[in-house]
Amino acid sequence: MEVESENHGMLSNFEVLGLLKDIQAGRGQKKPNKYQTNLATITYETIKCLENWPCAHHSSDGITSAMKALTPFKLTPAEKLQLINLCPSTAVEIQLIVEESEERLTETQIEALLDLLATNLPGPEAEREQEEGAEEDEEMEEEQG
Amino acid sequence: MFILVKMKDTVRTPPRLFHLDTMDAIREALNKKFANKVVYKVGLCIALWDVEKVEDSYIFPGDGATHTIVHFRYVVFRPFVDEILVGRIKSSSKDGVYVTMGFFDDILIPADSLQHPSKFNEQEQLWSWEYEAQEEGKVDLPMEIGGDIRFRIVDETFVDTTPSSPEENKPMAPPATTPAGSSLTMSDPGSKKAPYTLTGSISEMGLGMLSWWNAG
Repeated sequence: MEVESENHGMLSNFEVLGLLKDIQAGRGQKKPNKYQTNLATITYETIKCLENWPCAHHSSDGITSAMKALTPFKLTPAEKLQLINLCPSTAVEIQLIVEESEERLTETQIEALLDLLATNLPGPEAEREQEEGAEEDEEMEEEQG
Repeated sequence: MFILVKMKDTVRTPPRLFHLDTMDAIREALNKKFANKVVYKVGLCIALWDVEKVEDSYIFPGDGATHTIVHFRYVVFRPFVDEILVGRIKSSSKDGVYVTMGFFDDILIPADSLQHPSKFNEQEQLWSWEYEAQEEGKVDLPMEIGGDIRFRIVDETFVDTTPSSPEENKPMAPPATTPAGSSLTMSDPGSKKAPYTLTGSISEMGLGMLSWWNAG
């Protein structure tokens, strides 16, 4: 085995979750068979973990528009990735993620950042409101079935 | 937190797998070899991302299997230093607080990297932050087991757990002399010495239990 490029690129949690869900469902790659216990374990554990994080509620369109909206803030790729992965909702979280944020960002910019993350990457609350009607229908069907 | 790593490996396909599609057999072999394993100086391998290039397969005298050099990309868990992560407290001791990500357990926040001032409660075996609020005086903020915690990665350590230490950047041996399935540079995460450990810190504003910062 030889490593050709140790850090070929960074992946967002959303992308990893998508890949693992595809593996579990047998899309693209085959489902782990009984000899692949390691793959089955890590897929299960990682999905379980990622599903509790903000990325479970993201959409690829939302991430694309958020990335576009983040351009004028002059952040590093790593900072953008963390903003997308963690979806901060308070100013103190932004200060943690963005290095020397006091010098690089004004207070209004931090507000704008929080706003654009909230609009492009809605959290579980917003989604729940939208889907409430649909979920109720599903539950009804399940009960009947 | 997750990165893509480009790798090259020789995949041995035994004759009993010849009925499968070649690509499926290769994907299966790569996932079997790397998934849930720590590769030295690379990180914890999660799953195959894609196969980029497959070179010609060879058969060697005395072995019915095909040997194929495959270039592929793998999803690897390797947070960079200074990254902010959210995990869950697994246990705590005098040394500090142990944090788990669910799929990765070897994260320690040492006692001197906790919020200042923190104290350890021997009876309950819990750390707590003695926060000094201006009006109410001292408030004890406990770090309960199972609670969500936000921390910064400050260091990573790879331990070579293989019996013989492989030289770094060793040129790849020709496929004929490399027994297939040999795991020179990998080891099971469950073994005694953790092959990959992360050190965290929460001694900053905004770090620590999520509940500390959400309420306000």
